[in-house]
Amino acid sequence: MDITRFHAAFFDESREGLDAMESGLLSLEAGGAADGETINVIFRAAHSIKGGAATFGFTSVTELTHLLETLLDDVRAGRRVLDPRAIGALLGSVDVLRGLLAACEHGTAVDAAALAQARAGLDALLAGDAADAAPAPSAADAGQAEAAGDWRIAFAPAPSMFLSGNDPLRILRELGSHGELGVECLDGRLPPFSEMDPFAAYLAWNLTLPASVPREAIDEAFAWVLDDCELEIASAAPAMPALALAPSSAAPAACEEASAAASSADAAAATVRRAAESDNSIRVAVSKVDALINLVGELVITQAMLRQRSEHLDPVANEALMSGLVQLERNTRDLQESVMGVRMLPVDFAFSRFPRMVRDIATRLGKKVQLRTHGEATELDKGVIEKIVDPLVHLVRNAIDHGLELPGERRAAGKDETGTLSLSAAHQGATIVIEIADDGRGLDRARILRKAAERGIPMPENPTDAQVWDLVFAPGFSTADQLTDLSGRGVGMDVVRKNIAALGGQVEIRSRAGQGTTVAIRLPLTMAIVDGMSVAVGEEVFIVPLSMVVESLLPDPAEIRTIAGEARVLRVRGDYLPLIDLAAQYGLPAATRAGDAQAAPRIAVVVEADGRRLALEVDDLLGQQQVVVKNLESNYRRIAGVSGATILGDGRVALIVDAGGLAQAAPLPAAA
Amino acid sequence: MSAKQLLVVDDSTSMRQMVAFALTSGGFEVAEAEDGQAALEIARTRSFHGVITDVNMPRMDGISLIRELRQLPAYRFTPLLMLTTESGGDKKMEGKAAGATGWLVKPFDPEQLLATVRKVLS
Repeated sequence: MDITRFHAAFFDESREGLDAMESGLLSLEAGGAADGETINVIFRAAHSIKGGAATFGFTSVTELTHLLETLLDDVRAGRRVLDPRAIGALLGSVDVLRGLLAACEHGTAVDAAALAQARAGLDALLAGDAADAAPAPSAADAGQAEAAGDWRIAFAPAPSMFLSGNDPLRILRELGSHGELGVECLDGRLPPFSEMDPFAAYLAWNLTLPASVPREAIDEAFAWVLDDCELEIASAAPAMPALALAPSSAAPAACEEASAAASSADAAAATVRRAAESDNSIRVAVSKVDALINLVGELVITQAMLRQRSEHLDPVANEALMSGLVQLERNTRDLQESVMGVRMLPVDFAFSRFPRMVRDIATRLGKKVQLRTHGEATELDKGVIEKIVDPLVHLVRNAIDHGLELPGERRAAGKDETGTLSLSAAHQGATIVIEIADDGRGLDRARILRKAAERGIPMPENPTDAQVWDLVFAPGFSTADQLTDLSGRGVGMDVVRKNIAALGGQVEIRSRAGQGTTVAIRLPLTMAIVDGMSVAVGEEVFIVPLSMVVESLLPDPAEIRTIAGEARVLRVRGDYLPLIDLAAQYGLPAATRAGDAQAAPRIAVVVEADGRRLALEVDDLLGQQQVVVKNLESNYRRIAGVSGATILGDGRVALIVDAGGLAQAAPLPAAA
Repeated sequence: MSAKQLLVVDDSTSMRQMVAFALTSGGFEVAEAEDGQAALEIARTRSFHGVITDVNMPRMDGISLIRELRQLPAYRFTPLLMLTTESGGDKKMEGKAAGATGWLVKPFDPEQLLATVRKVLS
């Protein structure tokens, strides 16, 4: 199990803790009075940071907070008064801790000099105190001072002690771990054997411990059973044993009340602190970031326009202008990348929910599943991450429910009883690929084909595996014979594909019988910018997302056939692809189209979307360029076959072809 | 010797995971439940060497859970620990009255937790 995923939370908590310490120390300095609440808040903060730092292995933080904690504990117990010098040293340590945490968080070098100085300051305070006059003795100090002799403890458990799950022997063992324990067992309460209740505690003890054992350690050992026993703890010093008997019940109660008040004040302060936190990160409304991205988008367009306008200028006569434009292009691109980076989050935001979910589902289904995640740090647009969660949840459920076998089945197949489910994310060029892979039984080709036949889904004669797996995405398609409460209700993979397509992504399945299934989701890094191929259709320019383009070709008119009256297909290397005339699709005036559509040398752009390929008929290929996607729905309304719009360098608007939408609308070609 | 089984009950996922993580790293086998009701259902179907429960939870709180568990013969002597906050003094006593073995005060660090649990289950 990877403990590093708790790091971010630890750093956030610790920063809040340091803020609390700082404001507490400042209020002590201003108000003077060392009231219990404030000290408790400061102590708790130091204590939590120390605990976390120790857990996560940030040794330098642990060591420094340990000194702080020791000092604060003395203050809390009334053994020390915080003078301005001490407060100054504590505040200095808080600053150093901030630096240490930042260094740990970002993996940079620790400022050793500052750390050494802070430690020296605290050490001096701790050492100096021994020499300095001790503050006025309090009741607690009296107990401490009296501890010249050994501790004497009379311990008589109530007969019911076992019934709370406590065990006197455990307490004795704990006491024994602090120092040499003298034990005298009192068996006076033992009844005759015939009357003995085996569930009752009859024995009592007189115990002794060396004076070096702190009173707190003894109190702690008995903390859970105070109401369940008779207990006397006394120092064996001959004089005034009564004084040494600290009021064990009253003191903690008072302390608890104080911290109750402190924690409510703490909570209020934390809210303010969070809002004000500006140390290493700032919270910004997403709308502000989006506005920035939009502006950068406009800048990209302006820059493209300038470049286009400058193309006909004489490069020699306008050398300075040209080099300025090149510079502008570079700066614009860098700016664009940086701004897009602001919206990027690690994909772990989506992955982190799965360990728990996988465990729950596996338990419910009686399966053994080990989840592995890779590439959690891969960054993806925030909007995409939010929308990818539901499809991922569905795919993970499917994998456990349908993919992975029961332990017995796996054993029989010679596999490890525990199935492996892996979630991975990686960048591939301008796309991110998220894979959900299981080592389960794999898809059942024969069964899928049978189901397809039952449902009357047309299939080529010898379908490839990819074509068969693709059937899984057909609406309402499910091969599960038995419905479980998790999946197999037939709403599923088609919705997954639709959701992914809405993000401009694609889903594909790879599967091998007996070895497992992998579902790969390919997503654009961001939905705001698309690498596009600009194509001319009549007078208009359209953008086809480059990620979907397979190839472009000049079709032989003989390869174009018209089937079932209307639909046309293009034969490409033996496969019949639906051929869509973009001019007709978008209702462009026929006059702009040169002559007979079939005879003219028009170009076919083959695109693949949603696992289907189709050919788009265009007049010309103009080039490739990055375009800034403008949402059509928010500016106008949704149009079938169009996924958005962009502004070209010359200021014209170009529509972006929704290849996925066209593919779904296109009729499926009959078998060749 | 097989690992001791513990049940961790907390409605806060992060807290529960942290506790579970600490205990797992200490060699215990941990089951999780997100409230008292769920915990009780799990505890009825299998037995645990110890239960660690948050106090404030929806559906069934930790104190009711402890009360219910103590009624079950299998949990008569089982250590049942509460996770309380320092401000919850009354809750500690209420929990004790319901049959709790003891408590762990939040915030605690994982080592503290582990040490306490080891102590109780030794």
